[in-house]
Amino acid sequence: MATMRTKPDPQRYTFVGYGSEKYPALLLRGAGNLDNWTLDTYEAKHEGYQALRTALKMEPAAVIEEVKTSGLRGRGGAGFPCGLKWSFMPKDTADRKFTRYLVINGDEGEPGTFKDRAILEYNPHQLIEGIVIACHAMQANTCFVYIRGEFLWLIEKLEAAIEQARAKGYVGKDILGSGFDCEIVVHRGAGAYICGEETALLNSLEGRRGEPRVKPPFPAAKGAFGQPTTINNVETIATVPPILRMGGAEYAKLGTPKNSGTRVFCISGQVKRPGLYELPLGLPLDFIINELAGGTSTGKKIKAVIPGGASAPVFGEAELSTPMDFDAVRGAGSMAGSGGIIVMDEDTCMVQACLRLIRFYAHESCGQCTPCREGCNWLEMILSRIEHGEGRMEDLATIEQMTPRIAGRTLCPLGDAACGPMDSMLKKFRAEFEHHIQHKTCLTKGSKLLSEVGGHH
Amino acid sequence: MNHPLPPEPADHPMAPGERLPKSQRTDFSPEALAEIAGIAAKYPDKLAATLPALHIAQREFGFVSLDAMKAVAKALAIPEGHVFGVASFYTMYQKRPVGKFHLQVCTNLPCALAGGAQLLEKVCAKAGVKPGEGPSADGLWSVEEVECLASCGSAPCLQVNADVYEEFVDEKKLDEILDACKRGEVRPWAQ
Repeated sequence: MATMRTKPDPQRYTFVGYGSEKYPALLLRGAGNLDNWTLDTYEAKHEGYQALRTALKMEPAAVIEEVKTSGLRGRGGAGFPCGLKWSFMPKDTADRKFTRYLVINGDEGEPGTFKDRAILEYNPHQLIEGIVIACHAMQANTCFVYIRGEFLWLIEKLEAAIEQARAKGYVGKDILGSGFDCEIVVHRGAGAYICGEETALLNSLEGRRGEPRVKPPFPAAKGAFGQPTTINNVETIATVPPILRMGGAEYAKLGTPKNSGTRVFCISGQVKRPGLYELPLGLPLDFIINELAGGTSTGKKIKAVIPGGASAPVFGEAELSTPMDFDAVRGAGSMAGSGGIIVMDEDTCMVQACLRLIRFYAHESCGQCTPCREGCNWLEMILSRIEHGEGRMEDLATIEQMTPRIAGRTLCPLGDAACGPMDSMLKKFRAEFEHHIQHKTCLTKGSKLLSEVGGHH
Repeated sequence: MNHPLPPEPADHPMAPGERLPKSQRTDFSPEALAEIAGIAAKYPDKLAATLPALHIAQREFGFVSLDAMKAVAKALAIPEGHVFGVASFYTMYQKRPVGKFHLQVCTNLPCALAGGAQLLEKVCAKAGVKPGEGPSADGLWSVEEVECLASCGSAPCLQVNADVYEEFVDEKKLDEILDACKRGEVRPWAQ
């Protein structure tokens, strides 16, 4: 068996009320305990593979119906209804048989997001169970799990967990005597943020450069290896076993209507208790930050919060009471995305924060679409100039003219992702940009966010 | 650990791949070839084994040299140009030699808010190399600035080679990690 990491993980997972009726623990059960990942623990403590037994007795269409009833929305970023996505997969007909694939997106690379890592670390069997249920629902016999290359120890752990499940007959041929076969192949990425985009991920899985594809055809028609494919996030699929255990209707009671269930919020930045918080959707952002995560670590006022991973437009003080669900966050002008909440206190220089994010997008742009490749690079250069005290007032107008020429003009949303923080930071904190240009220094006095030696090579 | 670039040939302009440093090894070991064949069999198309094969090449060759890419192409019977395109796209394939301990520091925004930039500066000062500079004079260290290691809630984060993944790294912890490397308690790169 592969060597397993034995070092304790210093993330926080628990808070007052965690695991109660109010804040049920469906995804992070046992998180923090390094022995939690084994099949024995999963079966003994967490009703392991009970949902699979239920699902295999159901018709595939009935499983999809149950997930539709639950109202589960994709946890990867877009929030697309999961059951609906599954129902797009073509069914076999008398004259045409399909090879269908399920692909799991574990290329967790969105700055501010670190939830899939904890699920893979502590509950890999819940993911495996979800995979087999989803494969049964869509009548797919192969699942590829794409995990980012940096998570080598998690890949080894997942492979060990798959072997444990195979030995018990939960994976492989004729699962639990139902006649259904399901193989799981783990694929290691190699360090490209863009491979989190579903069609880029498919290219990467096929052994190509991770460049997003033109849609249509959508993956449900022509995905991995040219076959019908569904791509789901790790967290989405790990939610499926609890849904089948408790029933879709019961799950739908969690959270708010149309935004049901719990999700794992990743809180980072300047907060007292950063970490993972599994919460029902719809709790107000300031409640999550102040009550659960303990407010800012510096004791200063909150200046800005990124509510859904680095790609989400930033929230200022005015939007802090927004309920954290997909629709309310969208209504407030941002996106719930991958659930990464990044908190910045009033001493943070927004020009530096913005430059750091744009540098990331400029580095990670795959280079396929000109607006994103050139636009992100130019944004980086202009911001860099402002940061180094050589900015001009007309630079801000240039930025404002550039972003509408990037966003929405590319094959994938990476260009939009760069423009989200850029536009919102410039709009909400324009005075800081102007101060930088006029006085050649930060308006704030926080420690610097950019290193002297940095830069990609 | 001296890897001089090859001289420019007189008769033709140099292709991008020819500018890359040469590795000592020029072909896979039989065990690696068997491993690659096993991986390729898991996919409907052997092209899909390009990424795993490049990971194996990096382990065997020390870094992904042009010879390593050619070996991957040969092992999978796929075009060399395709392998070069893939290897040059992904940042985890090191196209130049790295130190025995490759120190990777995340400086993205969540880490930066917790001192990631300062950690990178400290790492560079202690290792005596800058990001992207190649191994230090003693061959022990190389430093890379990486993007998001998914440790935002326990930032800043330092990853050494593929194994050690340390969180909440302060000066004391950094010294401990570097000392552990020097004492040989960390698996060296490419082993």
